Amino acid sequence: MKPFEDRKFVILGIFLVIGLIFLGRLFFIQVVDDSYQLSANNQALRSITQYPVRGLIYDRKGQLLVYNEAAYDLMVVPSKVNDFDTAAFCNLLQITDSVFETKISKARKYSRYRPSVFQKQIPASDWALISERLYKFNGFYGEKRTLRKYPKATSAHILGYISEVGGSDIEKDNYYKSGDYIGKRGLEKEYESVLRGVRGKKVLMVDVHNRVKGSYRSGLYDTLPIAGKNLVSSIDRDLQAYGEKLMQGKRGSIVAIEPATGEILAMVSAPSYDPNLLVGRPRSKNYKVLQQNDSLNPLFNRTINAMYRPGSIFKIVQSLIALDEGVIKEETRFKCNRSIIGCHGSHTNDDLVGAIQHSCNPYFYQVYKRLIQRGEKSNIFKDANLGLNRWQERVKKFGFGVRLETDLPGLKKGLVPDPAFYNRWYGENRWAFSTIYSNSIGEGELQVVPIQMANLAATIANKGYYYQPHLVKSIGEDSVKRPEFTERVDTEVDSSFFNPVIEAMYKVVNETGGTARRARIDSIVVCGKTGTVQNDPWPDHSVFMAFAPMKNPKIAIAVYVEYSDFGGTWAAPISSLMIEQYLTGETTRPDKEKRITDAQFLDIYEGKK
Amino acid sequence: MRAKNSIFQNIDWTIFWVFTALVLMGWINIYAATYSEEHQSIFDMSMSYGKQLIWIVTSYVLVWVVLMLDPRFFSRLAYPIYGVCMALLVGVLLFGTEIKGAKSWFTFGGFSFQPSELAKYGTALALTYYLSSLGKKFQGIIVRIKAFIILLIPAALILLQPDTGSVLVYASFIFVMYREGLSGNILLIGLGAAVLFVLALLLNYTTFNLPFDFEISGQTLMISVIGLICLMIHQLFKRVKGIKILIILVFGVISGYVYGVNYLFNDVLQEHQQSRINELLGIEHDPTGAGYNVHQSMIAIGSGGVFGKGFLQGTQTKFNFVPEQSTDFIFCTVGEEWGYFGSLVVIVLFLVLLFRIIIIAERQRSTFSRVYGYCVASIFFFHLAINVGMTIGLAPVIGIPLPFFSYGGSSLWAFTILLFTFVKMDSERMHILS
Repeated sequence: MKPFEDRKFVILGIFLVIGLIFLGRLFFIQVVDDSYQLSANNQALRSITQYPVRGLIYDRKGQLLVYNEAAYDLMVVPSKVNDFDTAAFCNLLQITDSVFETKISKARKYSRYRPSVFQKQIPASDWALISERLYKFNGFYGEKRTLRKYPKATSAHILGYISEVGGSDIEKDNYYKSGDYIGKRGLEKEYESVLRGVRGKKVLMVDVHNRVKGSYRSGLYDTLPIAGKNLVSSIDRDLQAYGEKLMQGKRGSIVAIEPATGEILAMVSAPSYDPNLLVGRPRSKNYKVLQQNDSLNPLFNRTINAMYRPGSIFKIVQSLIALDEGVIKEETRFKCNRSIIGCHGSHTNDDLVGAIQHSCNPYFYQVYKRLIQRGEKSNIFKDANLGLNRWQERVKKFGFGVRLETDLPGLKKGLVPDPAFYNRWYGENRWAFSTIYSNSIGEGELQVVPIQMANLAATIANKGYYYQPHLVKSIGEDSVKRPEFTERVDTEVDSSFFNPVIEAMYKVVNETGGTARRARIDSIVVCGKTGTVQNDPWPDHSVFMAFAPMKNPKIAIAVYVEYSDFGGTWAAPISSLMIEQYLTGETTRPDKEKRITDAQFLDIYEGKK
Repeated sequence: MRAKNSIFQNIDWTIFWVFTALVLMGWINIYAATYSEEHQSIFDMSMSYGKQLIWIVTSYVLVWVVLMLDPRFFSRLAYPIYGVCMALLVGVLLFGTEIKGAKSWFTFGGFSFQPSELAKYGTALALTYYLSSLGKKFQGIIVRIKAFIILLIPAALILLQPDTGSVLVYASFIFVMYREGLSGNILLIGLGAAVLFVLALLLNYTTFNLPFDFEISGQTLMISVIGLICLMIHQLFKRVKGIKILIILVFGVISGYVYGVNYLFNDVLQEHQQSRINELLGIEHDPTGAGYNVHQSMIAIGSGGVFGKGFLQGTQTKFNFVPEQSTDFIFCTVGEEWGYFGSLVVIVLFLVLLFRIIIIAERQRSTFSRVYGYCVASIFFFHLAINVGMTIGLAPVIGIPLPFFSYGGSSLWAFTILLFTFVKMDSERMHILS
């Protein structure tokens, strides 16, 4: 053995140990610890979101209700900004020096090398000028975005609006990222998943100086954006705009439905607002004004959220239930005994048709008494309990006291009192017909939502059934309609019982002594029923529901004008004009129209408050 | 028996193929590290990978030339070659071109030559010659000092450039001397010195709070603890003659060393060198400053995963996040594009090469060939350990190339000559006896 030969083992051992240490360390950083992968992607990859175009909304005639308009975000990359004429820049953007300073330092704080938004949503009209001069200002560039735009300032409540997602939206649905937009109200909210489309993404590689070096893996991880689907609304834009015009200076609502389909033709909530106010940069400022500083609360959609007593139009429901329950017949007459309940007009002993035509309160007092006190139990309280229970079940079949399954979010149910309701109020067996008789004429505890009144008109027009009233006729290119909107809902009242009611509604409008003579149209046979809801000490609410033409009805409508007057005075002529507008495409009665548009019922409330 | 056409007959093919694999892998990784859309051809002579191809082809010419030489050439001309290398080192200080603050290069037209790469070869030959001429003894202080001077001259000249990385390579010859009879304690003392060095630096920045509002600096504490240990040893071996003096001596040397380290660190090293060492020891953490290189290098390697991102798919190296990605940090491309699998292959190949050299060295009949083999292995090992170690945060950032991998003609040529001189000696081992 050569001297010191064993020492080769020491040296080989050192080589081996170092080699193994390296392999161990490499195993740890390459295989075990994945934080390096993350850091690498953060540094070298940029994911660029490809925003899809949001779906458009058309009206039933193919006219646009909402479309998209280009707007530009002015982006800045602070590291690329050279010295430049700040004054000229501020002048161009119409901002002050101090605003400029805050914005640029905010961008610098975020990142010197990554782009951040310097100014949001510059309208295309302003952008033309800015983009022309932008070459003078290194580090600034525009990025195209889209804004919602409304060709006619109409249908604000129906369409709703979109706004930037908040933290809770992102929590609920991880699709959304900060800076995204989401439908917040109306159709924009209800059809959000359809309208928004699918975001695309482009993964780019950047070098150490943040210069784009090309597509990552030749676009393997890129996705194209898929445009949102267009919606065709059931709304008639012209009718809607006309309704909004008629309701100016008033509080209230109009809902018009096509009876054969349940499609909502117009849905006016007054006061309203211009939907263009809630778009783009002025949005937050305007929203604040509409939300907080306007006592009329124009953002509130009365057609689905306001609850009122229905008034006399409810007598129609009472008639139909009473006929079907067999407690009265068409020929049944009651004395107009005004000592129990007030009435108006000169009738004394009407049959059903006459009682509806004259809106006889004592008559329906008796009808309701027969419905509640059926005489099936000896104890009148228990008897009333039984009667009320059966009555409320039948009323709910008409879509009252239940939430109609329309396609607007936030719909109210209204209230149809049941025995439990009065038991809570008065105590068990401590109430009977005499306690609750106000319901007979649509006063008392009943609460209905305007859309439910229009739905009632449609139900009568259909003689016993309705479709869930809805706002979207078809979705996307395949023209899909939600299946729940094509299912008939039956009131379970025999269709023959509708004939006398419709006859009476015809007379209300078309015969002398009817309460809605103002709703008459020469060329069209309108059937309707007025209601006047008392509000002592304030003026009454004026209510009217109608459908037309009498044969093969095309439109059913309910109008509610708060704090105005009798039903026949305001709600009836508004209905009449709406019907004429829808069926003929124009109105021929400018005087009538002027009388309506001139009427102002906002101050009355203000004064009495 | 020694026909001219048989020069390849007795060579060690394992070494040849490992060499070829490393060189080709290096070339491919240089291509990937500097690849750009505009210069897609791997033969593009305006790019580093095109030039590297020239270096590779010419290095095979050098292999042939070296194998053609008479084996006695190396021992006969060991000192002259050493002398030429030293002259070149002096010359580069006088006539060299300064690149990145160091006068390390001769430039001729578009090409440049780094004499310090060749100096390793010359030094290895000279040291080998000296050690083998001693017969069986590597003993006596004079002999050691002479051997040390052979190393000191090139190290000092290179330090003047200054190129700290290349200077440190000369420390690797300690393995050679150890094999030839230098006391094993020298390795232990080296290890101990390294541990003390690290400890001294770690404690450099620390102060300890003692009860009663006393503060004590880390260094003082360390010296006190060493003193205590010395006292204990003294108590244990009281009876041994002269132990007192020995212990006092050891204590003095250690204390002096600890303070010396701090002096060296604080007053001799430049700020960037201090920062690099502090980063390595975890005293500082500044991924955008001194720690940037290592931070980026580890991201590149760590993001490779098990099988890597694929050829040309690396982002960290190609897009300049990693500095010097085709030279000192070429291992990052291996780690990023080929993953753990690639790292494993490269490290195993190097270990195979090192083991093969040692095994072959031990079968030499001539001391000259054996000692030279150890020189070659030690130099390669040091380069591998420091270069790969720095890319994965285990060694300080010292700019020395990864043999056969890193871009650069001088280093590739020098390593090729270094290695194949040994292959030549081995192929003639039956004929060389001295």
